[in-house]
Amino acid sequence: MLETNLKLLTAAYGPSGREERVRTMLTRLAEPLCKELRTDALGNLIAFRPGSSGKKLMLCAHMDQIGLMVTDIDEKGFLRVARVGGVNPVLAIARRVAFANGLLGTVYFDARKKKPGEAQVEDLFIDIGAQGREEAAAQVSIGDVAVFYSPLTLQGSRATGGALDNRVGCAVALSALTLPCPHDLYVVFSAQEEVGTRGAGPAAYGIGPDLAIALDVTPTGDCPKAPRSVIALGKGPALKLLDGSVVVSAPVRRRMEEAAAAAGIPYQREVLTAGGTDTGVISRTGGGIPAGCISIPCRYIHSPVETCDLKDAEGAVKWLGAILEEEL
Amino acid sequence: MLERLMALCALPGVSGWEGPVRAYLKRELSPLGLELFTDPLGNLYAHRPGKGPRIMVAAHMDEVGMVVSGIREDGTLFYRAAGLDSRVLPGKRVRIGPKGIPGVIGSKAIHLQKKEEFERAYSHEELYVDIGAKDKESAQEAVGIGDPIAFDSEPQRMGELLCAKALDDRVGCAILSSILAEGYECDLWGVFTVQEEVGTRGAMAAAARVAPELALVLEGTTANDMPGLRPDEMVTQVGQGAAITLMDGRTMAPPRLYQALFQTAAAHGIPCQPRRGARGGTDAGAIHQALGGCPAGGISVPCRYIHSPNSLCSIKDVEAAYSLVWHFLKDAMWKEVIPHAGN
Repeated sequence: MLETNLKLLTAAYGPSGREERVRTMLTRLAEPLCKELRTDALGNLIAFRPGSSGKKLMLCAHMDQIGLMVTDIDEKGFLRVARVGGVNPVLAIARRVAFANGLLGTVYFDARKKKPGEAQVEDLFIDIGAQGREEAAAQVSIGDVAVFYSPLTLQGSRATGGALDNRVGCAVALSALTLPCPHDLYVVFSAQEEVGTRGAGPAAYGIGPDLAIALDVTPTGDCPKAPRSVIALGKGPALKLLDGSVVVSAPVRRRMEEAAAAAGIPYQREVLTAGGTDTGVISRTGGGIPAGCISIPCRYIHSPVETCDLKDAEGAVKWLGAILEEEL
Repeated sequence: MLERLMALCALPGVSGWEGPVRAYLKRELSPLGLELFTDPLGNLYAHRPGKGPRIMVAAHMDEVGMVVSGIREDGTLFYRAAGLDSRVLPGKRVRIGPKGIPGVIGSKAIHLQKKEEFERAYSHEELYVDIGAKDKESAQEAVGIGDPIAFDSEPQRMGELLCAKALDDRVGCAILSSILAEGYECDLWGVFTVQEEVGTRGAMAAAARVAPELALVLEGTTANDMPGLRPDEMVTQVGQGAAITLMDGRTMAPPRLYQALFQTAAAHGIPCQPRRGARGGTDAGAIHQALGGCPAGGISVPCRYIHSPNSLCSIKDVEAAYSLVWHFLKDAMWKEVIPHAGN
């Protein structure tokens, strides 16, 4: 289930603020697993499955991905762009990108002025093969957003492709919808995380859960000369202790540690000093919500070759199984 | 509208000290029979009750400025600035505190500068405000620590352009005042917000109070339309019409909303342009995330030399922005957005 869903989800287009296609795919996959599905004003998709305990548990995985927005079409038909989320211009050069309508383009830069390593987003352009402004404008509009075109490949348990951040979290959340849970279960596929965790707060406000668990990827430190970090691929999902948006509270942390022990899964402990996740904004919603996060280790985040180990995602599903069953 | 815009630009209203602007707007709006009230942060609400969805149109009253942070023995003042480029300050006239004490931003004269000083810009820490006081004591009689410092700059017509301080966002305040003069088939909440320039603080509270189903934010925005730049680097161009936001640093405008605005402009022949920049933030950033969230977009008037004592905007662009908002509301274009919010 996880592997099939991951393939379908990574193939769906969905940059921040333009999530309709990935939401449609998620709707198709979640529909048989829940009682009710709704989309809120910001485009968060919320799957609901009633329980009997009178308590509410929220899971949250963002469905959006980073991209490049068209800001101008020049007379030769090249597209100038602005960043939607954390696109590194250097890593975007010589990559293929896709628009919502399936149109493909190549990102390149003005190679006469700068070296590839010095390129800023202002130096980038997209070549869609158009000969002139008119031909380009017939295919794209200013405001359209392109995403990395990078179909998922699997070798052993390792998955590589674009948008694993955070379609792997979405796939784990979908699997959680099949697990027994005595509580009202709300699975939120949140919008606009990559541009500043904008969707999850309003979604949490509408739900008012007793506990929220976010599902997202986290960078690893297991590559040659990587920054010091103990997170590695294949050693299990990670318990987020802190990131740039949140310090997970002790009761939530303990609850998650106990659940991991009950599930009998190996897990890692994550201390991320930069970056933020939906966890932070959820925890500050309303009068405050107990919020934690299960992180799936991922190499080369925000590139077209994001790489995860499916065993870690499977571990996350087992972990959630134990969290869902506990009393709230 | 132009007369009101010029009157608004002449008033001081540094973030947190929006009183003079609020008082003026209250006076202007009071004959309209609106429900007018202020909240604890100082936001001014003008509610025109109506059947239909709750729509919030916001413009911020505050302008960039400085605050007195200390008084030196010689009677000159230290200041703290937010959102201001120190390069635009030396030699400019300012007004300080509730009494409007005149002052000048001082720096070392060119004759006395060392070569190193001449070749770089002065930082805020090297500049000061001179109010002509002979010593600390006499300065203290005129001003106090914490007093706001606003630019002293009379609005002036320059052909089709208007030159003034605080066009960001008195253009929005002037447009919104005119919009409020009429009724529409919606429950209209005009909100004149405080403290936008220091982090969209007023709008955060206002959106939670109004709980809008859709929000439009009226702004003065960057125009970088200088020779040699590409259109996407210019963000907007003065004289090319109302600027419609696609994205900024705090908001992704929903495509349905910005498309409905472009459609409105096309249907009525209103000049408009996309706002091409991805940076900066407006009250829309706070409003769209309040409570359960709502679609929010921006309509702006392009301003050159924004956040300076003399910014320039086109009177035609102000009229275009007004016209765009008016038609959007009259034509009930929210129907293209609200039922599909999130999609």
